[in-house]
Amino acid sequence: MIDGIGLQEILIVSTIMFFLGIYGFFTRKNLITILMSIELILNSVNINFVAFNKYLYPNLMQGHFFSLFVIAIAAAEAAVAIAIIIDLFRNIKTIDVEKVSSMKN
Amino acid sequence: MDILSLLIVVPVLTILAIAFTKNYKQVRVIAAIGTGIQLFQSFNLVWQYLQERAAGNTAIMVFTKSYIWFEKFNIKYDIGVDGISVALIALTGIIVTAGVYASWGVKEQAKEFFIWLLLLATGVFGFFIAIDLFTMFVFYEIAVIPMYLLIGVWGSGKKEYSAMKLTLMLMGASAILLVAIIGLYIYSNPQGGPLTWNILELANVTMPIEMQRIFFPMAFVGFGALGALFPFHTWSPDGHASAPTAVSMLHAGVLMKLGGYGALRIAVGLMPEAAQEQAWFFMILTAFGAVYGAFGAIMQTDLKYINAYSSVSHLAMILFAILMFNATAMNGAVLQMISHGFITALFFSLIGMIYGRTHTRDIYKMGGLMKVMPILAGTYMVASFASLGLPGFSAFVAEMTIFVGAFQHPDLFHRVATILVASSIVVTAVYILRAAGILLMGPIKNDEFKSLGDALWYEKVTLIVLIGSITVMGMAPLWLSDMIMKSLTPMLQGFVTL
Amino acid sequence: MTMDFQYTILIPILLFFSFVYNILWGRTRSPKIAGLISTTTILIAAVLSYYTAYQYFFNVGLVNGSYEKIIAFKMVWLHFSDTLVVDMGILLDPISIMMLVVVTTISSMVHIYSFGYMHGDDGFARFYAFLSLFSFSMLGLVVSSNIFQMYIFWELVGVSSFLLIGYYYQKPSAVAAAKKAFIVTRFADLGFLVGILLISYVTGSLDFAVLTDPNGPVMLQGASLGFMGLSVMTWALILIFIGGAGKSAMFPFHIWLPDAMEGPTPVSALIHAATMVVAGVYLVARLFPLFHIAAPNAQYVVLAVGGFTSLFAAVIAITQIDIKRVLAFSTLSQLGYMMAALGASGYGAEEGIGYTASMWHLFTHAMFKALLFLGAGSIIHAVHSNNMTDMGGLRKYMPITHITFLIGTLAIAGIPPFAGFFSKDEILVALHQSSHFWYWVEVITAGLTAFYMFRLYFNVFWGENRHYHHKPHESSLSMTFPLMFLAFMAIVSGGFFMFDFGAFISSNLVPYDIHIHWDIAGLSIFVALIGISLAAMLYLKPSGISTKMATALGPVYKATYNKFYFDEIYLFVTHKIIFNLIARPSAWFDRHVVDGFMNMLAWITNFVSGSIKGLQSGQLQHYAMSFVSGAVALALFFLYFMTR
Repeated sequence: MIDGIGLQEILIVSTIMFFLGIYGFFTRKNLITILMSIELILNSVNINFVAFNKYLYPNLMQGHFFSLFVIAIAAAEAAVAIAIIIDLFRNIKTIDVEKVSSMKN
Repeated sequence: MDILSLLIVVPVLTILAIAFTKNYKQVRVIAAIGTGIQLFQSFNLVWQYLQERAAGNTAIMVFTKSYIWFEKFNIKYDIGVDGISVALIALTGIIVTAGVYASWGVKEQAKEFFIWLLLLATGVFGFFIAIDLFTMFVFYEIAVIPMYLLIGVWGSGKKEYSAMKLTLMLMGASAILLVAIIGLYIYSNPQGGPLTWNILELANVTMPIEMQRIFFPMAFVGFGALGALFPFHTWSPDGHASAPTAVSMLHAGVLMKLGGYGALRIAVGLMPEAAQEQAWFFMILTAFGAVYGAFGAIMQTDLKYINAYSSVSHLAMILFAILMFNATAMNGAVLQMISHGFITALFFSLIGMIYGRTHTRDIYKMGGLMKVMPILAGTYMVASFASLGLPGFSAFVAEMTIFVGAFQHPDLFHRVATILVASSIVVTAVYILRAAGILLMGPIKNDEFKSLGDALWYEKVTLIVLIGSITVMGMAPLWLSDMIMKSLTPMLQGFVTL
Repeated sequence: MTMDFQYTILIPILLFFSFVYNILWGRTRSPKIAGLISTTTILIAAVLSYYTAYQYFFNVGLVNGSYEKIIAFKMVWLHFSDTLVVDMGILLDPISIMMLVVVTTISSMVHIYSFGYMHGDDGFARFYAFLSLFSFSMLGLVVSSNIFQMYIFWELVGVSSFLLIGYYYQKPSAVAAAKKAFIVTRFADLGFLVGILLISYVTGSLDFAVLTDPNGPVMLQGASLGFMGLSVMTWALILIFIGGAGKSAMFPFHIWLPDAMEGPTPVSALIHAATMVVAGVYLVARLFPLFHIAAPNAQYVVLAVGGFTSLFAAVIAITQIDIKRVLAFSTLSQLGYMMAALGASGYGAEEGIGYTASMWHLFTHAMFKALLFLGAGSIIHAVHSNNMTDMGGLRKYMPITHITFLIGTLAIAGIPPFAGFFSKDEILVALHQSSHFWYWVEVITAGLTAFYMFRLYFNVFWGENRHYHHKPHESSLSMTFPLMFLAFMAIVSGGFFMFDFGAFISSNLVPYDIHIHWDIAGLSIFVALIGISLAAMLYLKPSGISTKMATALGPVYKATYNKFYFDEIYLFVTHKIIFNLIARPSAWFDRHVVDGFMNMLAWITNFVSGSIKGLQSGQLQHYAMSFVSGAVALALFFLYFMTR
């Protein structure tokens, strides 16, 4: 336990991370950066899980397990997403979300 | 397997068999065999039914079976037939057979075509044997949906538009209908306790009149739209004009009869009090529709439109007769369903055959076909006579029964409406003879037509089957009429007068 | 003594089989076979009919002083309800047996005649098939035991008539005439149908035996259940009479008959002169007790319509040039006589002289009018024209046709001892008893009849010699034999053998003796002779008087020549008013208003969906934006409410 740093400070950090992620997700046009933003959001959630577990229910382990699951899923998701992105780039030479619209109409 | 379920199983098996075929020749042979068995089964059913009645079975429905398939809502696979459904099953068997021979020439995507066609037939057979409202509704939908694909893919002209219009209007109608059916279910047990979808049980229940007032028009319009009730008939001219031959035959011949059958058995049969109360309104619509359809047909130049409007007029008579609430008129309504089924199927098959040769359906572009193709033209003439209600053909029997039945009401309103409807037979004569005169008689207008051939063997099969049915029914109507009449008696007990 | 008449079912059935055979296989076999089959069956039917007549009148004869109505055969055809039953049956009584004889005789003659007339036509088998169909339906009609059975065969004769008028289907005028005939009669049949429906409702029966029983309960219906001042029964009978008037081409339904002459001439002789057109008269005669006892008003309508038609048609006949049309209008006029006689008749033996006279005139008219038509056919066959302006002096070329035609003309003009004299005399007697106004109308008509028939005769066989492309020659034996036979009948069916017509046919089935009333007969002969001499004066030798008269009369002549413009009026009503003001607007209304409404619904749905589909951009970020802002908004919302 680090002195002077309580649950509140950690939550502030995770909130800042979360909204940075949201901001990035809204504004970036590049698929890779969007993916990175999603990672930020997921990780902010992970921090919350771990922090709550640590400060509120130190005897339980569910928060840790949950964040491990999230990390695993995020990895899998990143693998799938990057595969799609690479394939997209091979086919239409761009990973700009606004230009990837051939499924529309 | 019981005799009724086989009626659905055989087409399904035929569909499966068709799925494994390799080319269009195999497809049509299998389809012909399957529908042949089906035709035999339909006739056998009529025979068995008459035997059963002769043996003294007086139950309202015979050959009943019941399997539950959705326990929570008490939805059952309830089947059973009476004289009305047996007659309509025989009609369906005949028209499906004729339809398969009429589409003998379909070569493009033949496999899919016949699969959808037979699926449609399955739905119709299922509808006629079901006595559970929900099961009935399911079969109804099975019958309506393939129509979209059949018209949209194999049709001609504005086929996408027509297919979409037809499907949307019928879906809209069936949505209203579904509400009515659920209404019937909810109010099926006013004392509390288990609810039911079964028609026989529902017939013993009197629904509160306030609820009937809401659900009767819904059910009547829901079925009426399929039975070309004015003003919900406009899908029919476009739909028929675009549909391929066999589909027009099945659709006008059988599918539109589901509307009349449902209106008779469900709308009027299960909600008699509201039916009597609101009959005047629908009588105006139907009487108007009968004359209006006939006048509309006078000015058409496309053969299929002529026939479609003629159907509007003739089908209006069915709904009109149902609203008379007496056995004679209702008997006429059922006879008219059968008769119109045969005649309109004959017309559409002939139009398909003529179109296949001349590549036009505009009557003014043709003329003198009698000289070129005597068999087809002669048959067209016979169909015309049958349609305008000449004795010796089925329509005469049906129409006369309707008029005699309708005339049992002595008040002025019914009299005027009946005479109005009866006057449509004169207008019918006008447009039928006008079309036949321009199309078949007079000099040959187009020299290219002089080399056209007459009917081929499979076309002759279609024509013979249909003309045979029309004349047999027209010359010896007694057994059919009596069979239907006896089944109407229990239904009429719900009516206060007459 | 009772007889078994069950075999009479064969009379119509044989013809039906002949029709079915010829229509299905006639086309592919030799035409001779088709003709022979039809002719053989009709001859068998004729023999059977004569045998039946003999058995009925002489072997069964009178029972308790009157003829019996015998139901020779009966089967249920359709149940409308428990009481309303349609039977297919054979009813034998004097008039149905007389009709059997008339129909089979004329039909046999026409069958034989057609062998010559239709020779070489490529629709030979079809022609005979339709003739068989017609004979079948007509025989079914006359023996009907049930008014609905009669309606059924009534429609069938209508369609046979349609098919035979339109026999030359490649000729537009024939097609138009066929359609016109069918639709006009169909319109009138609507009246018949509604009349039947009314009768079935009022009396609860369709059976002739019940309907025409003079002592039955039905007769009392006349007094009850009024509508617009007349009893329901009167309305029903007037409506039924409308049906009869349509078939018998009474005014104002007369317009189809002259056009029907587009059919082959043997057909005109059979259907449009001798048999089918008398169906209306027969119908009224069949229901006569009902007309006379239960609805005298309806009977007066019959008299007025019949009387008017006879005069009206006779006037038009004077101006026509087409010989078949002259004969057609003359048929109308004679049918009017028959109707008027029925309308004027009383019920009973002596009082019912109009009834007897009407049936007698039906019989003699069938013979001499068929003769005249077949004669006209023979002329047309020789000259290849229908117009009397193309004819003249034919007596030298066609002696047999000439003599037989003259006999027919004398018969229709009412000169003794030919058949028409006797029957027409009895009609005038009946009218004299009943109504003096119509009596004088018919006397004038008799004079006109003699005039226009002799105008025709002189113009064709006398007058000036024309130059013919082919020299006209007498027709073959198959054509002249029927002429001679019918000429013989036109002589004997009147005075010599059948003068005791009342011994066979009377309104209440009780036989009585007919006497010639020389006061009335003398006047009618005198009037006829005036007509003949006028015609002789004008047309025997070529003279310009008739043309001068036509010019002098100007508009009157023109109106008469154009049949008083009735065709034009009907055309105007159907094409201009019904087609343009009802049919076209309803077709338009359907396509644009009703269907337009449905399309508008679809359009609205489409429009609404189009206006909101921008929200569904497909951009994930937009969705996320709305999702997050929504979540934030909700969070703030709940925070706000929860903290209060």
